[in-house]
Amino acid sequence: MEIDDFIIAIEEEFDNLNPGDVSPNSVFRNMEGWSSMHALIFVALIDSKYDVLLNGDELKSCVTINDLFDITRLKLNGGAAKA
Amino acid sequence: MAQLRLKHTAVKAIYSVIPKMVYKTHDYPYFSEDEAKMFANTTGIIERRVAATNVTASDMCFKAAQTLLEDMNCHHEIDLLVFVTQSPDYFLPASAAILQDKLGLPKTCMAFDVNLGCSGYVHGLLLANRYLQQGGLRKVLLLAGDKSTISTHEQDKTAFPLFGDAGSATLLEYDAKGKDWFFDAGTDGSGANAIIIEAGHSRMPYQSFDDQDIEVAPGVIRSKKHLAIDGMAVFNFALKNVPKSINNVLDLAKLRTEQLDYLVLHQANQLITDSIRKKMNLPKEKCPSSIGNFGNTSSASIPLTLCSELSEALKKERLCLLLCGFGVGFSWASLLLSTHNVATKLLEYD
Repeated sequence: MEIDDFIIAIEEEFDNLNPGDVSPNSVFRNMEGWSSMHALIFVALIDSKYDVLLNGDELKSCVTINDLFDITRLKLNGGAAKA
Repeated sequence: MAQLRLKHTAVKAIYSVIPKMVYKTHDYPYFSEDEAKMFANTTGIIERRVAATNVTASDMCFKAAQTLLEDMNCHHEIDLLVFVTQSPDYFLPASAAILQDKLGLPKTCMAFDVNLGCSGYVHGLLLANRYLQQGGLRKVLLLAGDKSTISTHEQDKTAFPLFGDAGSATLLEYDAKGKDWFFDAGTDGSGANAIIIEAGHSRMPYQSFDDQDIEVAPGVIRSKKHLAIDGMAVFNFALKNVPKSINNVLDLAKLRTEQLDYLVLHQANQLITDSIRKKMNLPKEKCPSSIGNFGNTSSASIPLTLCSELSEALKKERLCLLLCGFGVGFSWASLLLSTHNVATKLLEYD
């Protein structure tokens, strides 16, 4: 599981993102027009790509794309997320 | 464990009714153009049907049932009427009793409401089977419908554009030679607050609360008398429990996913149904969707999808179907059944 693949998947998921728009330090809630719908799309994308299901509290604990990547990797490796 | 092998029941007809009035996602005045596009792309909802102010869920189910009974000419053989709804006509009496009279069913007919939402149709099929299985009753009329739009606040972007209204009627009868059905269900009441109308019943009677509108999140305005939905909690619940329940039914039936003709899921939203479908490794064509035209129609979404998407196949083919309803409660139920020569109709309510 590499963060570059994670970022590419996110950029492909949203119509208004272009390659290079997202970095590990990007604050995902600063995306243009951020709403609860974006949050659901992130969770569905992570579930579909990595078979990891993030709940609302876990998502709330994340600020950057890197945080999302870390919590996904932790859960993928069987660790309990702190949320 | 709520897992059962069911015998001796056949589905004879499924009729659905939708209101004429169409609400399009792109016309929702509280969405920007981008929001409307994203909502439609994510939920799959292009438009939905909304019942007029004076039309209830029982009215839509009545039309479906009346047409079905006339076509099948079997009023006098209905021994049980079950009405699955979370939008009944009154606190009391049960709407099923009113429908028994309006439909001209015999006074020897049992009638009761079942207070379940998105999982309710599948639970209703189980109830019908339980009463028919011993051969004591002749025919069961299962009505499932909701007018969810009466409960949503127009300025709640998370709920108002999601729900549509619909009613349905399903006729079931004893069938000594019918193939076995397989059932699995569960409940997780810890999710009760994820889809809830807090006020208006015994816990919070109307006179006891402040029903002022509150902006609970940007663009999400409602009061306690309106339906509130936590989309993230619902998504997590569905992805955790629905694939497991579907697999439980397949295991009971000793079938593989690819042996199903169709998996018909409650039409919660496209993001959820696509995620479940992918987990089950099923192609799109085996998982029919009607949400684009009707939105989330709660207890009616499965029969409505059967009528709108599988009408020809239900009439002409022998089908192995897996139906799965899931949602408010949280509650879920899955049923694997065989069908043959099922009459269907999709009608509009004037």
